Parts: sequence; C-alpha cells; structure tokens
Amino acid sequence: MGQHQRENLAPLHLHIPEPKFRPGDKADFSDIIVPEVDAIARPDEHVAPADIHALAYGLVRVLDDENAATGSWNPGLSADTLRLMLRKMLTLRAFDDRMFRAQRQGKTSFYMKSFGEEATSVATTMALHRDDMCFPSYRQQGILITRDYPLVDMMNQIYSNRGDRLKGRQLPIMYSAKDYGFFSISGNLTTQYPQAVGWAMASASRADTRIAAVWCGDGSTAEGDFHSALTFAAVYNAPVIFQVVNNQWAISSFSGFAGSERTTFAAKAIGYGIAGLRVDGNDVLAVYAAMQWAANRARTNNGPTLIEYFTYRGEGHSTSDDPNAYRAAEEYALWPLGDPVERLKAHLIATGEWTHEQHEALVATLSDEVKAKQKEAEQNGILGHGLHHPFETMFEDVFEEMPAHLKEQCAQMLEEQHDKFGPEWEAR
Amino acid sequence: MSDAATKTMNMIEAINSALDVMLGQDPDVVIMGEDVGYFGGVFRATAGLQKKHGKTRVFDTPISECGIIGVGVGMAAYGLRPVPEIQFADYIYPGLDQLVSEAARMRYRSANDFICPMTVRSPFGGGIFGGQTHSQSPESLFTHVCGIKTVIPATPYDAKGLLIAAIEDNDPVVFFEPKRIYNGPFTGYYDRPVEPWSKHEGSAVPEGHYRIELGKAAIVREGGAVTVLTYGTMVHVVKAVVAEHGIDAEIIDLRTLLPLDIETIEASVKKTGRCMVVHEATRTSGFGAELSAQVQERCFYYLEAPVERVTGFDTPYPHSLEWAYFPGPVRLARAFDKIMKD
Repeated sequence: MGQHQRENLAPLHLHIPEPKFRPGDKADFSDIIVPEVDAIARPDEHVAPADIHALAYGLVRVLDDENAATGSWNPGLSADTLRLMLRKMLTLRAFDDRMFRAQRQGKTSFYMKSFGEEATSVATTMALHRDDMCFPSYRQQGILITRDYPLVDMMNQIYSNRGDRLKGRQLPIMYSAKDYGFFSISGNLTTQYPQAVGWAMASASRADTRIAAVWCGDGSTAEGDFHSALTFAAVYNAPVIFQVVNNQWAISSFSGFAGSERTTFAAKAIGYGIAGLRVDGNDVLAVYAAMQWAANRARTNNGPTLIEYFTYRGEGHSTSDDPNAYRAAEEYALWPLGDPVERLKAHLIATGEWTHEQHEALVATLSDEVKAKQKEAEQNGILGHGLHHPFETMFEDVFEEMPAHLKEQCAQMLEEQHDKFGPEWEAR
Repeated sequence: MSDAATKTMNMIEAINSALDVMLGQDPDVVIMGEDVGYFGGVFRATAGLQKKHGKTRVFDTPISECGIIGVGVGMAAYGLRPVPEIQFADYIYPGLDQLVSEAARMRYRSANDFICPMTVRSPFGGGIFGGQTHSQSPESLFTHVCGIKTVIPATPYDAKGLLIAAIEDNDPVVFFEPKRIYNGPFTGYYDRPVEPWSKHEGSAVPEGHYRIELGKAAIVREGGAVTVLTYGTMVHVVKAVVAEHGIDAEIIDLRTLLPLDIETIEASVKKTGRCMVVHEATRTSGFGAELSAQVQERCFYYLEAPVERVTGFDTPYPHSLEWAYFPGPVRLARAFDKIMKD
C-alpha cells in the first residue's frame, strides 16, 4: 500500500489534534495562563509592529480579578458609557434567546446565538466611529444592535417575511445594512477578509477618513482568504482591523484544527509584519481598549492590526448542532475568563454605578421590549406561512436589468404557481 | 460612435485604449493585477497607464488571485469600479469563490444594498505553446454561474467597445481576451504566416469612448447553408476554413456568452436549417452544450441535421501536441462535410 520503511529510521507519525475534554470529561482549564493586568503595558499607538511581538502572546486585560478597571489599557470610560455597553449586551442576549426559541417553535429555519462573546461585537463597535465600515462574520449581530438598527428589521430577516429588507433571499442572520456600516454577510467563511481590505484600500486611495473592521472565527483563519487579506493589508498598509473571535470551537472542531496547539491567532500578525494583540475577549474594557488602539493606528496611517479575542462559545454553533455531543458539559461555567456581561455588571456594582435590582429590572424590561418587537415582526409573517415577498422578486437583482432568459424563467415559475394555486392565485 | 479619430490598433492596443479612456473619464476606475503597474502587464495591456494615471489608479498586486478578486469586491462595495487583471485565465481558480459566491451574488443577496461593478480581465485560450497552465478556456465555468456576465471579443474594435461597456456595467463581468489573436487574426493554419491586424477591418478603432452593447452577437459573415456559432479566436479560424472550402456559412460571433443573444441565433438557424457550434474549450459540459440545447429547443423543426459541436478534446491542453488538440481546419472541414451531407 505504498508503505516504505528503512530499518535504520524511526517510523513517521501523523498527528491528529484532539481537544483535552470530550463529553463525560470534567473540564479543567488550569493550564490556561491568565497574566496579570498590565503584564505588558499599553504601547504608543505609533509603535512599530516589530517592537510589540510579546503582545501577540500575552493577554490584554483591564478588569482585574476583583473586577476593578486598572492598568495602562484602561480606556477610562464614563459610567454612562459602561451602562450603555451593558444595555447593548443584554439586548443582544435577550434578542438571541427569543430568536433561538422562535426557531425551536418552527417559525424559522435557523439561528445562531452569540452567548459568551457579546463583548467582541458590542464593545468593538462602540470603540469605532459610527461611519466606519464593519465586515462581520455570522455571529456579530451585536454590531447592528449597538448601532441601533431596528430589531424588527433583524427579525423580519430571520423570518424571511414580507418585511424582510433582503426579500427573503438569505439564510436567517445573514443581514446587510449599508446605511449602518454593516456589510452583507456571506455564508462562505472569511471571504469578507480581503473585501474589508479592498474597502479600506479604496478609502485610503480617496483620502477618506473612514476605516474598516472585519471579524472571523478561530476556525476560519485557516481559509486562504485570511492569508491573502493579511498579505494585501500589509503590502498596502491598509486602514483595516482584523479580528479573530477565538471562541475555541468551529462547530465540533476545536481550535487545534486551526493551529492553536502551535501558536496564538494574534501571532499570525508577526509573519506579516503587522501589529498583533491577544485580548481577554470576555473583558469588555480590554476589548474596547484594543479596538480603540488599533483604530487610532489605522486612522493615523500606521497600518493594520490583527486582534485575537480569547473567548468561549457559550452555546452551540447554531440551532443545528448539540454541543453535548462533542464537548464536555459545563465548559462555559468553568471558563477561567468568566462571562462578559457578568463581569461588566460586577464592575459597575463594585464602583457603585449599578445595583442587582437595577440589573434585574433592566433584564426584564429588555425581555419585554424584545417580545413586543417580535410580535410586531410576526405581523409580517414567519417562514413558510405565505407572507413572503412576491414570487417575481426571486428573479430580480440577479442583474441590474433582467435578461431575457430570466424573464422567460420567471414567466414559467408564475405559470407553475397558477397551476398550483388556481383561482386563489388569480385573486392574489 | 465617437467623433474622435480612428486608428489602426491590434487587440492589445485596443484594450489599452479602452482602459486609458475609462481611467481618464471615471475617477472610480481602478486597475490592479500582477505586473500591471510599472511594467504594464506581461502582454502589455496596461503599458503606460500607471505613468499616465498614477500609482493609486493602476498598481501591482501580490500573487494572490483570491486576494485580487476579493479586494476588488471590497473596492466595489466602497463605490469604486475595479478592473482587475488575472494574468492568465488558468490562474483564476484561487479567485473563483470570490467571483462565484461573492461578486456574482452581492446584488441579489443584499437586495441591492451592495453591488459589484467589477470587470475581471483575463487572457485565455491556446495556440501559443503555453502548455496546460497557460492555454485553458474556462468560460463555461462562468456562464454556469448566475449573476456574472461573460464577454469574449474577436476583434480590436469589439474588444475596446465591449470592454468599455463591461466596465460601465453595474454587474460583475468576466472579460476573456483571446490571447492568440492579440497581435493578429490567427486563422488556424499555423504553418502559414500570420497576418497582422492592420489588414483586418476590425483593427480600425476610434481613439475615444464608444460602447458595444453587451448581450448582442454579430453576424460576421452572411450565408444560407449552415449557421456557425462561435467566439474569440475561433471566429477567425472558422472564417478561414469557410473561405478555403467555399462553404455558404453564416458565421455568428457571440461576443457575449451570457446574456446570450438567442434571437440572432434563432433567426439564423431557422434560415439555414443547420447549426455548428465551435469553441476551443474542452467538449463535455462546454458552452457548446448549452448552445446546442437551446438551438434544439427553439429550432428543432427547422433542423435538417443534428447540431454539430467542434471543440477541443477532453484532455488537458498538451504542449508538444498542441495542434492535434486545437479544433483547427482539419476538424472543422470534417465537421462541415458531415453536417452538409446529413
């Protein structure tokens, strides 16, 4: 079978990565090194990438073990800003809960929560300018929520109903909102990486002042697009911020299948000669500070930054998988970096800016608000219940102008509907 | 038509002129690709353009087709009108996902929120001793994708007018340039001297701006006995064989493969009652299969013989046996004999 062994040489061995814990195991994260706050102080934003390699292997933190905001990375945000951040994350959490449940109730085909990694979309967006362009992957609905995109419009998209701005064409959560600086989400992974670089290059070539930010997961850093994008960004010094949300899991494959046994994701920056930061992704203040640092660099023509948010995917990949089938139970509860919402809440309470009672009241209010929005969205229909965009829209927007062969196929489809629905169709 | 003076150009000069006109006219037009900047491209299509229009308008890129096309999609999302070059069509595959899943779908998936007015230029086809990585004709991979237009010129005049129309189009266009005829209208008689473009009427090219509408075929020779559907280099090969053998053929240069000018095709086949489809690309699932199917669907009762396909063989493009692979005069003559006998 092609096997060839020389007696004087040891046989080769193929390494197949395996996560430390599987169902039935008790997770133990004691080997994860959590450095002290300010183990590496915040460098000047104009620093040369070659002088900050250690940051790609460290962990930027602001909230210490007692949830006090300390150190040189502390962005010094006001209590109002922090309460707004908390509110956005709780809105996102309430939204995710309702939409996950809606899928389980058969109202749509699919949903993905961002539980446990809310900081990586909310705090980052707050650190950007409102007109900066975001190129999200599929788990950054927090960007839209932070930029006050209407929840009803998000729900209409999830239900693919007649109110869906995307005309029922996209899988749920694959939003597009140009007016909100939110790029159309693909289903193919990391394709947005070179696109964000192209957008940033265009912005720079026009002496514009807007920058681009792009997100992907740990697993999808393995795509060729990731490496093409980093090459282009380095070559043209593009004003773009690359973010890897390292939530440890790519569906059922742990981050080792993207190379995490060898190095950090932030350290990929080093080979490209760009700045790399590894950040506690569950520390909203650290996430904010890292994005602010990178954004200031980009804005002052100091080039791209790659930020890794070290976090944990608290629930399944989507409504289509059960994490109990491939990872140890309670991993999230045992995660050494805690929960981003709980940590911010504890920080605000510790500083006297928030109370448990206020928190519970806010959670209840947001839950009610989201429920009310859900009712409103469902007036426009749910998936598979007739209230969709007109059939003809299936053929629109393939091209700016509909060519003859699509007109022909559209006529055929309408005849099929006529055959199927008869007089009911005539009366529509 | 423009009022500007007409000049004799080969196809490379016509393409260069189209790019020059568009760079001058539309500040959103950006050209990028491997070696296209200072050097002006391995085939010289962008010669002098960086010097004239500046480094941020015409620039070299890393050797990454995925990056070139992906960056183009992002530039288009910003509002630019990128015209990336892929050095050889054979190299386009690393960029295929960005073309198929991204560029082609952007308008549809975002319901017009984002569009992708990008024209990807790429030399294609063989007959230059390029071996299997510098000779391919992958056009049917793109005609199979909804949301992309596929354009292939056969003369300098068409190349410029079609390229300008492609760049001005608000949807992604793949613009394949038949590199065998960059410098002259190759007839397929590879052992005879090649005529320069200057002796061909298609080399009279206006210097200014003009467009040739996408989706419109050209009847390059009228005839009554058989319709030949072809494009690119093969237009000239078919013309030469038809002249050599005195065949009363109507030759249609498709110019745009998608959207297809089926009206012109249908009218011609109904007139002649015979149809031959000719392309250099491999046979199975080639664009000829689509043409043959559509002609059969629309003209079945007018046909006096089965639709004949003359194509490259289903092998990689060979190096030393290039002329045994190429659908040249011998293969065409045999096919004409067959279709005229039936």
